[in-house]
Amino acid sequence: MTVVDATFRATAVEQRSMTVQRAFQLLFLFTTIVLALPVLGILAELLIRGSPGLSLAFFLDNPRNGMTEGGIFPALIGTLWLTVGALAVALPLGVAAAIYLSEYAGDNRLTRAINVAIVNLAGVPSIVHALFGVGAFVHFMRFGASILAASCTLAVMTLPVVIVATRESLQAVPQAFREASWSLGATRWQTIWRVVLPNSVSGILTGVILCVSRAVGETAPIMFTGAAFYVPLLPRSVFDQTMALSYHLFNVSTQVTNVPPHLPFAVALVLIGVVLSMNATAIAFRMRLRGRKKW
Amino acid sequence: MVIEQDAVVDVPMLQVEDLAIHYGQKAALQGVSLAVRSNEIFGIIGPANAGKTSFLRALNRMSDFVAGMRVAGRIRFAGRDLAAIENVYALRRRIGVVSPLPVGLPLSIYDNVALAPRLRGVRERAELDEIVERCLRRAALWDEVKDRLQSLGSMLSGGQQQRLTIARALSQEPLLLLLDEFSIAVDPVTTMRIEEVLKELRQEMTIVLVTNLVQQARRLADRTAFFLAGRCLEVAPTEELFSGTVQDQRTRDYVEGRYG
Repeated sequence: MTVVDATFRATAVEQRSMTVQRAFQLLFLFTTIVLALPVLGILAELLIRGSPGLSLAFFLDNPRNGMTEGGIFPALIGTLWLTVGALAVALPLGVAAAIYLSEYAGDNRLTRAINVAIVNLAGVPSIVHALFGVGAFVHFMRFGASILAASCTLAVMTLPVVIVATRESLQAVPQAFREASWSLGATRWQTIWRVVLPNSVSGILTGVILCVSRAVGETAPIMFTGAAFYVPLLPRSVFDQTMALSYHLFNVSTQVTNVPPHLPFAVALVLIGVVLSMNATAIAFRMRLRGRKKW
Repeated sequence: MVIEQDAVVDVPMLQVEDLAIHYGQKAALQGVSLAVRSNEIFGIIGPANAGKTSFLRALNRMSDFVAGMRVAGRIRFAGRDLAAIENVYALRRRIGVVSPLPVGLPLSIYDNVALAPRLRGVRERAELDEIVERCLRRAALWDEVKDRLQSLGSMLSGGQQQRLTIARALSQEPLLLLLDEFSIAVDPVTTMRIEEVLKELRQEMTIVLVTNLVQQARRLADRTAFFLAGRCLEVAPTEELFSGTVQDQRTRDYVEGRYG
């Protein structure tokens, strides 16, 4: 037993505030656990019910016998094409727009209108993006139903995320850095290229992660713009149609009969695996850069 | 015979006439007229919000890049009308700036000092090496960092970063060096070392020293201006300012520590 100085005893008011503080801490802990449960539940369900379907052949075979047997090879490769394609379009456009908005644009009506448009673009349902993609890329730009059209549609859908993530990271770079660079005689662009961008890479990678997660998982935007129900051959150019994991999952879950019960779960497991591994790469990259960023 | 175009000796380095600076509707500085001679250390003292920093920012035309900042009046820099200089980048390359809080750009120590030479087109590694060493030596930092030039400048201590900032400013080979309360984040020993450096630099360049340490102005400045609430109340040889022969009662109160 230690002797506590009596003057440190909590008053009634202090007692109450400590009780309240403890209650809130527990409440937030509880909420966090409740939120984590579905994630863990999904992963557990997929692992338990899907892993019997996994094998090397499952990754490397074409679907056979009306989708009820065989593997997912063309869909896996197709998803990679679509995701890389979406990134290749969304990243340069999004970063360029974010640089303009953060570093060049004045605070005027046009800028505010663009910002509102970006926020609203993020809220557009994916099926609307799909219809836009059909109109704009498949027909108007004459890409046809193709990887290119589907990638562009995914890119438009993910652009707001890339723009917002990049803009936030650009604005997190202290203004003093810019002014120090300007006073050395650097132009705005030299300042952006040498000082601002290198310190925003981790934020841009956050945009990449969000972009990849959405592009890999979305089904609606690619259904009408480039994803095929069944193509045994791998795409040879961006003008080919392709299978995709998300669309394949939709098909084996709802469109095809006599599918063995483990098959959709196995496809879903691979889909999540692709998202997680792509994200893990970006996160690892980001952590390495974070280690260098200090001010 | 080599003609040094920049070495204009018979005109003041800076001739400021009726300078006014606004941020949006808010006036930061009004009706300032003064001249800074070549190769002098010109001190500017005054309490917060006197317009000292805004004055420095007008000298390298930061207003070009800062939204809402407007500069009126006339500044002549080495005889040239500042506002009429088309190449603002070349102008800024001749003006070194040291800000109150050290800004070690998150580049390596080497790249911090080599940035300005690279911007003006120096590519030769040997030449860059030479500039980096010379500037770090003159900023009294070389011995402390010579073995880790590739580590991050922003990882140095506050005092070291401030000397890095000075080295970076020197790498511009400035005609004019602007120091804005450089000792705020620096310990007294480092402050003294930097002050010694400044006394040497006076041989080669003109220095405008904004400081809120009255004694620092007394130690360093040849002439000193007193700014108060956006106006320049007094410009006098530093010794006169401190010997009580100045006109304005407010100046006398401030230098004697009776202000505010």
